[in-house]
Amino acid sequence: MVGKDRALGVIEQALRLSPGDQTEVSLMVTDSSLTRFSSNYIHQNVAERDAQLAVKVILGKKIGVATTNSLDDAAIAKTVQDAAGIARLQRENADFRTLPGPRPLLELSCFMPATAAFTPNDRADAAAIIVNAAKAGGFEAAGSVSTTVREMAVGNSLGVRAYNPVTGAGVNTVVMSASSSGYAHGNARDVTTLDFSAIARRAVDKCARSVKSETVEPGEYEVILEPAAAASVLSYVAMLGFSALAAQEGRSFLAGKLGEKVFGENITVWDDGLDPRGMPIPFDGEGQPKRKLMLVENGVAQNLVYDSFTAHKEGKESTGHASPGRFGFGPVPGNLFFAPGQASVEEMIKATKRGILVTRFHYTNPLHPLRVVVTGMTRDGTFLVEDGRIKSAVKNLRFTDSMIRTLNHVDMIGEWSLEGSMGFGGMVPALKISKFAFSGVTEF
Amino acid sequence: MRELTSKALERARELGAHYADVRIIDERRESIRVKNGNVDNLTSAASRGMGVRVLYDGAWGFASSSQVNADEAGALAGRAVAIARASARVKRHRDVELAPVAPVEAKWKTSYRVDPFAVKLEDRIELLLEANRLTRQEPGVRMASASMSCFREGKVLATTDGSYIEQERTEVGAGIEATASSGQEFQRRSYPSSFGGDYACAGYEFITGLELAAHAERVAKEAVALLSAEQCPAGVKDLVLESSQLALQIHESCGHPIELDRVLGQEASFAGTSFLTPDKLGSFQYGSGSVNITADATIPGALGSFGYDDDAVAGQRIPIVDRGKFVNYLTSRETAGELGLTANGTNRADGFNRIPIVRMTNINLEPGDWTLDQIIKDTKDGVLMQTNKSWSIDDKRLNFQFGTEAAYEIKDGSLGKLLKNPTYTGITPQFWGSCDAVAGPAEWHVWGLPNCGKGEPGQTAHVGHGAAPARFRQVKVGVGKW
Repeated sequence: MVGKDRALGVIEQALRLSPGDQTEVSLMVTDSSLTRFSSNYIHQNVAERDAQLAVKVILGKKIGVATTNSLDDAAIAKTVQDAAGIARLQRENADFRTLPGPRPLLELSCFMPATAAFTPNDRADAAAIIVNAAKAGGFEAAGSVSTTVREMAVGNSLGVRAYNPVTGAGVNTVVMSASSSGYAHGNARDVTTLDFSAIARRAVDKCARSVKSETVEPGEYEVILEPAAAASVLSYVAMLGFSALAAQEGRSFLAGKLGEKVFGENITVWDDGLDPRGMPIPFDGEGQPKRKLMLVENGVAQNLVYDSFTAHKEGKESTGHASPGRFGFGPVPGNLFFAPGQASVEEMIKATKRGILVTRFHYTNPLHPLRVVVTGMTRDGTFLVEDGRIKSAVKNLRFTDSMIRTLNHVDMIGEWSLEGSMGFGGMVPALKISKFAFSGVTEF
Repeated sequence: MRELTSKALERARELGAHYADVRIIDERRESIRVKNGNVDNLTSAASRGMGVRVLYDGAWGFASSSQVNADEAGALAGRAVAIARASARVKRHRDVELAPVAPVEAKWKTSYRVDPFAVKLEDRIELLLEANRLTRQEPGVRMASASMSCFREGKVLATTDGSYIEQERTEVGAGIEATASSGQEFQRRSYPSSFGGDYACAGYEFITGLELAAHAERVAKEAVALLSAEQCPAGVKDLVLESSQLALQIHESCGHPIELDRVLGQEASFAGTSFLTPDKLGSFQYGSGSVNITADATIPGALGSFGYDDDAVAGQRIPIVDRGKFVNYLTSRETAGELGLTANGTNRADGFNRIPIVRMTNINLEPGDWTLDQIIKDTKDGVLMQTNKSWSIDDKRLNFQFGTEAAYEIKDGSLGKLLKNPTYTGITPQFWGSCDAVAGPAEWHVWGLPNCGKGEPGQTAHVGHGAAPARFRQVKVGVGKW
């Protein structure tokens, strides 16, 4: 870690050197480690210390950006010079009005000392818990255990100053036999809240139950999406729909539809970068405050997410969703919460006449942004449900369907659980959907 | 530089490592993107750092830092050994063993005629703005973009086996896009390929040779025409793929499943494993007799070419599929050692802060002796699909589905109607088994893909795929619920 004084000192240093009419400087310093295991042993084990200093110099309406990963005086000065040189050669961007000014920021405790202190031996011991559970079941485990300490600092020439250290920890595993596999994962700010034994048990149990005995034909089915699979649905809807830039460019299905019913009445989704149940952080990539922002309430589209550029274009204020360190990418809803229901997965199974239970999806990819048509495969536990009970594990299926259609046919919603923690922050429950189109089947 | 690398290697040896390597990497990138007449992104990025990889007690450790100095070199070696010690706590029954390789001292660099970083930035911007202006002349184009990227990497690799290799790569790429939308329809056309265009190890001459402006009007008209085109019908048809889409087909259904680390389960929890298990090596019929696939890191100017991989093994050309039969994997020293094979030089890292893992080089479908015109004339009921839009494949690389930007119906040997939202799907060996025509060298091109993702933490590799248009019999097209 470089600490608050040094981080903001770098920001001040770059701001002082800039000849711009306006200047924004952001700094990310990362210390991350990841232990990877497969075939029941650790095969990769890495650690990384890196930084990214990004300087945005604005001359009139001309914007230049330069980045470096070195924080020495010469590199800071050169990066400011490069950004200014680029700005001089730039064309005016008619849509640019101004960088955002300072706004009050909440103090959030995002730094967990236990995560920062997690050692290579601790990671190995966590991996061993999963490996030993897999071995005990006669299976093989693959996966990773990771921790990250990241300091983020942002400042601009209008007075924005923000600094926040955050920690993150993650674990995922696939436990495999020759003819089955099971998946489990967890993410948290505080590594001590991750129950590696419980995660191992979930994956081992799923592997034991998913030995395939049947192939089902592609077609339209009832489907139960466990939280990891439901997260894929929500991610695509968010990625393709909720960004103001996507709407302004005509590639969002929500363009011109705020206030209209777009999903079933039982669907409510919001973004909240301050909620401790996600991966909280007090400000965005421009140092603007995070807050709870309703995106869809009872099926009706409420808001899009904005950074200052897209907000000013519509005479609005940023909602605090600028992407950190990514330029021209547009605002991103990074802390999504899908309102939970009260149904358990067991109740969903009981309510299913003939359907498919999906643990998670693999290699999903959009085919049509306005219709949010997405394809992908099931993996690591796919089951046929008949007459209210799991009949058998089945070979993996390919789906090709519209996620808008999907969220208009949700008839049961689960509670939040550890399985529903989304990697980048947020919570999503299991969903039961009455119509979901599978377009193919694979050989395992 | 030798002082720094020696410091790291000596420290690793002192601490008991039986193998170590160190890479010091400088990177520079300049990216320009124009959207609807605005220069939407103009970024210069610089990065420098050092990574030390060690084998200690038969297990791996790796540590990296953006500080490059002698103290940090020693500290990284210590950190890497401590991490390797931790790895050894969860070890299998035998140690990692590296396939043997002779030490080498070498310098290697890509060639170019015009240094892209020496071309005035304003000239580069102007080239994109002009192409963008021409794209936007077509009424109905909602958004037009043009982008260009110049990248240079200087790398020093030193190993305790005695290798010391300096390499420099200069890469460039560019492309244009037009999107049109109307109601619930949204269509895009790109040139020369989608997702940023085409890339190569070359200089600015590659960018000017793409003649982006000359293709702007066609791309724009096709995007608008797609809005009112018929939906690609569902059915089983003969499928003809133009070469940039075929490049991605090769990438997903051949390039990834032949990575031996994936085959051995090292990617199982992330992107999956491979159906090409070791029992299939040398005997499995992967495709028809028309299918000859090579891995070739020696093609001058191709994006997946290099002098030496990060195991200090020379880049090379090897057969992968010979007249339909699967004959080779891509291997690293570690994975080759597992199966008693020879390391064939494909272990590459994405920058100083990542470990090398098995990556594609240029994976090519070797040319046949048809022409695209002959293939179309010889097809009674088919679809010609162009330019990738979407890709997906299962976690053993068997069931795939691709979407392309545009398609044309083929009826009785002639191209017919334009079709929108085309998709096709299949099972890898069945699909390649149905290949009965591949166009010849005149239509063969090595496409550069700068965005191949793999590994945890994520890594992006720059790879290439040589391909010419080819035909596949009786493929399921027009898939899914729209």
